[in-house]
Amino acid sequence: MNINMTLIGQTIAFAIFVWFCIKYVWPPISNALHERQKKIADGLDAASRASRDLELAQERAEQTLRESKEQASQILEQANKRSSQMIEEAREQARAEGERIVASARAEVEQEVNRAKDELRAQVSRLAVTGAERVLEASIDEKAHRKLLDELAAEL
Amino acid sequence: MAAGSENTAAYYIQHHLQNLTFGNHPENGWSLAHSAEEAREMGFWAIHLDTMGWSIAMGLLFIWLFRKAGRMATTGVPGPLQNVVEMVIEFIELTVRGAFHGRNPVIAPLALTLFVWIFLMNLLKLVPVDYAPQLFSRLGIEYMKLVPTTDPNATLGMAIGVFALIIYYSLKVKGVGGFAKELSLTPFNHWSLIPFNLVMEIIGLLVKPLSLGLRLFGNMFAGEVIFILIALLPFWVMWTLNVPWAIFHILVITLQAFIFTVLSVVYLSQAHEHH
Repeated sequence: MNINMTLIGQTIAFAIFVWFCIKYVWPPISNALHERQKKIADGLDAASRASRDLELAQERAEQTLRESKEQASQILEQANKRSSQMIEEAREQARAEGERIVASARAEVEQEVNRAKDELRAQVSRLAVTGAERVLEASIDEKAHRKLLDELAAEL
Repeated sequence: MAAGSENTAAYYIQHHLQNLTFGNHPENGWSLAHSAEEAREMGFWAIHLDTMGWSIAMGLLFIWLFRKAGRMATTGVPGPLQNVVEMVIEFIELTVRGAFHGRNPVIAPLALTLFVWIFLMNLLKLVPVDYAPQLFSRLGIEYMKLVPTTDPNATLGMAIGVFALIIYYSLKVKGVGGFAKELSLTPFNHWSLIPFNLVMEIIGLLVKPLSLGLRLFGNMFAGEVIFILIALLPFWVMWTLNVPWAIFHILVITLQAFIFTVLSVVYLSQAHEHH
């Protein structure tokens, strides 16, 4: 076995073959591999993006829920305040009304008492005159003593 | 001169087609064969060291590559190696899914091993035919046939492995009785035709590994011979034939690996089927 030009011929052929592979065989294979890699990367990316979107949406939903809850509690509080205020007002009104009624009743009573007093005075003065007539058996000149009697009645 | 060059050419071809044989020579005892005649005289008790060495090396390369890819595997974007390995596995999975109709977890890994191993062994064929013999003759080794699949011992050895699996799964799935019934009562289901059926079925069974091994060997060996013949041309025209033949062989080596794999899967699928 001796080295001869065959080896060089084969080396030339091999070099051309390798060049051919690099030029025409490798690119489609490499493209297919890259495409596959890219597809996987895109898929993973899309999945992670979707999960992030989901997380965001969940967060937003939670926030909305929290806000609405807060609002609801605020409204409830306001309503409570309003109702207690109304109760207070009503109570105040009722008290004022009561006082007014009491005052008017008192005034009426006073008026009634005064009237009764007047009536009594008049009756007393008449009684006194009648009594005096009976005692004296003489008529008193009513006209002459009118002034005196009125003074007496006023003193009563 | 004509006769001389013919002699050289004949010697050249013979030398390139001779395996490095270690065996029990009737005169020299256990030794390396120094010529084709010596290798022939060794008979059955000889081993082709180059075939063994290169096929084992390719097997280890396969294991190393795929194990590395498996170790580095991520669920994220795959690296270049993982990408290639995933593509090959997907391709084999698709093929097995299409060709195998049973339920057996061994088939797909077996098909993957066959395909990648045979492909790697065939791939050695693209190395120029003189490189290995020249290199190893420098190292004092007389013969070095690089491509294991141009040796019928390698291809038939793999075919016998597949054949053993065919027999094993036939017996396991169908039982001894079922397998015997299949051999004796198909294609003609009548007791008087049992001997005829037996002869037919056993021939059919034995032809499976033979065709499997010889097809791969035949294709690879023929291609190798053409490469060697091309190497006999003057060195400045060699590339005009060598390059197209090599490019054509990119297809052939893949196709032959694929055919061996698919036929093995089909035969094993038949072994799993009840009639």
